[in-house]
This record gives sequence, structure tokens and C-alpha cells, in this order.
Amino acid sequence: MSDKAPAATRKPIRVGLFATCLVDLIRPRIGFASAKLLEDAGCAVEVPLQTCCGQPAFNSGDRKTARELAAQAIEAFEQYDYTVLPSGSCAGQVIVHYPELFEGNAAWEPRAKALAAKTFELTVFLNDVLKVTPSARFDGAVTYHDSCSGLRELGIKAQPRKLLANVEGLNLVEMKDPDVCCGFGGTFCVKYPDVSNKIVEKKTANIAASGAGTLLAGDLGCLMNMAGKLSREGKEIRVRHIAEVLAGMTGEPAIGEPER
Amino acid sequence: MTQTVNSPHFKENARKALDDVFLQQALARSEKGFIERRKAAVEKLPEYDALRDSARDLKDHILAHLDLYLEVYEKNVIASGGHVHWATTAEEANEIILGICQRLNAKTVAKGKSMISEETGLNAYLKKHGIRPIETDLGEYIIQLRGETPSHLIAPALHVTKEQIEADFRRAHTGLPPERNLDEPTSLLAEARAMLREKFLAADVGITGANFLIAETGSSVIVTNEGNGDLTQTLAKAHIVISSIEKVVPTREDAATFLRLLARTASGLDLSVYTTFSTGARRAGDPDGPLEYHVVLLDNGRSNMLGGKFQDMLRCIRCGACMNHCPVFHAVGGHAYGWVYPGPMGAVLTPSLVGVEKGGQLPNASTFCGRCEEVCPVRIPLPKLMRNWREREFELHLQPAAARYGLGLWAAFARRPAIYRATTSLAMKFLRLFGGKGRFRALPLAGGWTRHRDFPAPQGETFQSLWRKRSQKR
Repeated sequence: MSDKAPAATRKPIRVGLFATCLVDLIRPRIGFASAKLLEDAGCAVEVPLQTCCGQPAFNSGDRKTARELAAQAIEAFEQYDYTVLPSGSCAGQVIVHYPELFEGNAAWEPRAKALAAKTFELTVFLNDVLKVTPSARFDGAVTYHDSCSGLRELGIKAQPRKLLANVEGLNLVEMKDPDVCCGFGGTFCVKYPDVSNKIVEKKTANIAASGAGTLLAGDLGCLMNMAGKLSREGKEIRVRHIAEVLAGMTGEPAIGEPER
Repeated sequence: MTQTVNSPHFKENARKALDDVFLQQALARSEKGFIERRKAAVEKLPEYDALRDSARDLKDHILAHLDLYLEVYEKNVIASGGHVHWATTAEEANEIILGICQRLNAKTVAKGKSMISEETGLNAYLKKHGIRPIETDLGEYIIQLRGETPSHLIAPALHVTKEQIEADFRRAHTGLPPERNLDEPTSLLAEARAMLREKFLAADVGITGANFLIAETGSSVIVTNEGNGDLTQTLAKAHIVISSIEKVVPTREDAATFLRLLARTASGLDLSVYTTFSTGARRAGDPDGPLEYHVVLLDNGRSNMLGGKFQDMLRCIRCGACMNHCPVFHAVGGHAYGWVYPGPMGAVLTPSLVGVEKGGQLPNASTFCGRCEEVCPVRIPLPKLMRNWREREFELHLQPAAARYGLGLWAAFARRPAIYRATTSLAMKFLRLFGGKGRFRALPLAGGWTRHRDFPAPQGETFQSLWRKRSQKR
């Protein structure tokens, strides 16, 4: 940000951080890592009262609940310059599916579209909108899994890799088929546990074969699935959200490791 | 008489498939080939994406005017000396075909590959009436020997290993010398070819499907890689085409648009080895060809899809790319889907044709990874259509009670942010008390997760409560 005017002379960008329910409940440090990255880039970060984007209801066919939760999120976040989520899947829900949920609704469709237009997944926001390259250090080899919704609904592929390329000491080794589903699929993994298991087995085999000691991705759901499988298989690979590495917060326990 | 619908048992089918060593071997061997061949073919064609757009628009146009194009098609089939038979149901289609076979005193029928005939259960129906159907596509021939149904649109025997095929051939082809080498796919092909050659010559009637029907000429088009379709339809007394109504395209030019996409997407070839256009029966002066040419046009529920939420599914050209790229299909194979059509396209089409009560498991058995939509040559929004089915199920209260109540309870909290924040904050602290190792090997009510994976323990406090504390300190 050195080429821009000092933050004090300009009104900071107000960012509403939509932590997502999984980060809120399971792993708050991803929320703090995201906040740190945004604040370091000169944004004023706010966390309005929030629950879930509604994706589980939407994908379970419960459009009414999905719409109610979408309306709730629109009311909470439309006041900000931008809304940022540390998840491609939840960002996809806001950006792609909120407008779809309110299609033809004169009152809500414009509000859904307006929010969608200023909502971004974290790595996209850092790389494409703010155009910043956070400086961090991480010594070791990592491999990156492209979560499906982020990849296919939002086209997130280059952004996380560009950001990681700037992390000192970090060596990104691509696994085989980084863009193939990990088998999480939201409620899919508990509705069809055996099929999900077969899919994640292939994924953890590819992760292990990459030789990297750390697995990164941008979605906590997928990360929990892969971390849970890796630990069940006794594979000693640490699993983190990309924000933790970019924010230099890798001194803390990885996903599935005991809190100290 | 249609094929039994075993889709409600998807979970059990999937479990069996996961435990089937031969199937898993066959699936593992086939996975990469389809994906890599398609990718290479698509990369060589700069206008591929533009072509997909035109194909999608063209199909949408056809579906909006389907009645018109079908009428033109019928008129031109008749003008070229053929016959058109309309069938609303699978039973009607079978009866029409049986009628033609009986009139011609047919004893054996040679068959080219046809998924529509799977939909109607034609082989079983003909057999019941004393007529012997013989599948002439190599894959179809193999599964007919095994008494099975196709497990993939274009690779019907995808679920079988070559070792199993060798065993089947030795069992069925009596008189095959034991020292004969059948180790290689080519030697298996040669053996099947020799057996089939006699069958072609003996067949009274040849039945094929159709990849496209061309309205302006009244022609039917099939694509094959073995040439079996051509022998099937030219050597017999009568050629019967069985096709569903949405296969019609206006012109030859339009057929070419789809042909350019079909083989590339399906198998990575620029074109299939054989693309055969059939127009009417043998004319005076023709050296060969069937004496009669019939087309059976089957609806079987498709007209109900027109104008509705699932119309986009009728754009499908049956390339199989969606299943070739589907992680669920690769885990369990095609038979687990329990009816004619597997994979993502089957997950949308099956409930459309057999009802959501029977087919509803299939659109649920998807991770929504979206790879199917990404590779679909006619840009069918498959995840969206699967979600549409989930919505229909939800409206009809067809989902399991536990899932429904679970979702309802969660939604009741999620709609009340202040209560949600307070409750989850307590719940996570509570859960944390038991998660000292950082993960759970078992959790009440979460057996679906912990059967195969550990569940990472929550940090303890929620992000929202920690953030509040941080803000208060500042």
C-alpha cells in the first residue's frame, strides 16, 4: 500500500467480515487472521451480529429458510463498503445464489444484487480488489486444495497461489488433482458417509503423495473433512486455512491439534 | 416391462459397490483416460466454448418448437419411404417394435447401442415373446453375456475388468480352445467380432438408437466406433430406429454442430469412427440396405418436462462427460444409481422420468462440486437442477425426518442471531471440554462423520464472542 496515500488522510474502507458459521463456531483464529490481513491493508473491519449464510438450507431444498437467512445477512452487511468471507463456498452463496433466491422480488432482488456486487472471498479481495501482497514467513512445503464452489462458482485459482508465492520460505508443491472435490459437500458427507469417505481417501492419498508437510485451502468445511481423514489415517500433515499462513499465525495449533 | 427402478436403494447399492473389488479395480482403471482425452481434444479446438454456447442456444430453440420440428421430421421420413410410430409410454414402444418383428417373422434381432431401449426394457420384452435380441456393440455384447445392464452411457461395460470378460467369453463361447490367448483387449475384440459376424448375417431385424434425427431430411444419425451399427441396420430386412423425441434437430448443419461437440467431449476424438446417416429404406438401384425403415418416437415423460424447471435437461446429448468427471460416479460406478441413467445427468433425469418418490436419492447424492456443469457440452446447469429436485422433495416432505428436524432446529437458531450467538458460545465451550486432544474420534449424533474421520474440536470460544471481547478492550 506504500504507493497510495497514507491511511490517515483517507477514509478507510469499511469491511464487514462475514466469518461464516464454521469459522465462528470451530476456528475463530481464521476470523482473526482474516481481520488482521484486512486491517494490515488499511481496512476498518467490523463484525456485525451474524449467523449463517443459509447455504445448508439452500442446498437441502429449504428455499424459505435460505431466503430468510439471506435477508438477514443482507440487512446486516449492506451498510459496508465491502463484505468479505474467508470461504469460497459461502461467498458463492452470497454472490451467486442470493440474487437467484430473490429473482423477481421487487423489494429484495436489488438489495441482493447490490450486496453481491460488493462481496468477495478473502483471497480475491486481497489480490484483485485491494491488490496487496501481505508479507509473511512460513518455512516449509505446502500444498493447496482448490475448494469446489470457490473454484467453479467464483473462479478462484490464481489468487491464493499468487498470495502464497509472496510468503517468504514457503514452497508450494501442487498435489495431483488439486481441483477435484474432497468429498465434503456440506451435508453430503454425513448423508452419504461411505461415498464421501471413498472420495476423501483419494484426496488424502494425493495430499500425502505431494510430500508437503502442510495442507492449505480456503474453506473450513473442506479443511475439517481432509484434516479429520488425515488424522484418522495417522498421516502427520498439518492442516490450516490459507489466511492463517498469510497472516503469519502459524505458531498456533493447526486444525485438529490440541489447544495449548 | 420397463427396467426396474432400484434408485431408492442408492445408499445400499453404493455400499455394495464400494466393497466390490472388481468394480473398484475397473473404475480406477478408467477414471483418468476419459478426463485426459477430453481435455486434450478441447484444448485443440479454440472455438470449443463458443460452440457450446451455440449448441445450448440451438437446443433451447428446438425445445421451444419441438412440436413443429417433429412434424417436419415425420413428414420427411414418410416422404423418403419410411414409417413413423409415436409412442407415449415405454410399453407402447415395445409393442410397436414387437408388432413389426412378428409381421416379419423375425427370430433374431441385431441391436446397436440404445439407451432408450434400456429405458423401455426392450430386450427382456422381445425375449419374453420368443425373439432373440443380440447386442452388437462390444460393451453391450459383454454385459448381455453377463446378464447385466449398462453402467455408463458410452462405455456400458465400464464396470467390468478385462479378466472378467475373458472368463465370460470362455464360459459363453463354447468350443473356444483353452490355449487361445485372450489376454489383450484386441484379442477379446477379435473373438467378439468373429462371434458377432454370424449374428449380423442371421438377424431378421436391426434395431438402433439415434443420436440425432434431422427434420429437413427425415434422417436418423448414429455414431459408433466399431461400425456395428452399420451392419445392424443394413443387413437386416427391416431397420427400426428407437429414439426419444428430443433428439430432433432442424438441419444437417445443426447436426454437425452437435457432432463436433459430442465425440470430443465423450471420448476425445474429433469425430466418432463411424457417423452414419440413414434416410428411408433401400431404394431401387441401391446395392443393399433394409427393405423397411421404421422410427419409433418415444415420449415416456419428456413432454412433461417441457416448459418446466427441468427442461434444460432435455438438451443432453448423452456424451457421458458429466459422469466421467463426477467424484461420486467414480466412487460407486453406474449401477448404484439404480436405473438406466447414471451420474449427474441420471440424477436429474431419473426423477423426471420415474418420479421424485423413486428417484429422489440421486439428486441428493452429489457434493455439488460443479465439475459436471463445467464440462457439459450443452451447458446444462446440473447442480442447479439437482437442487431443484431437492426443493421438490422438501416441499413434498420426502426427506428423512431426522434430516428435516435437524435442519429445522438449526434454522430456528440461525434466524435469531442474538440467541444464536449466546447459545453457540455456550455450546462450543461445552464441546471444547471434551476435545482436549484437539479432535474427536466419536461424537454423539455425528456417526456419519466420525465413522471414517476424526472431527476437529472447536477452539472453545466463538469468533463473535472473542471479537466482542477484543472490541471492548480497545
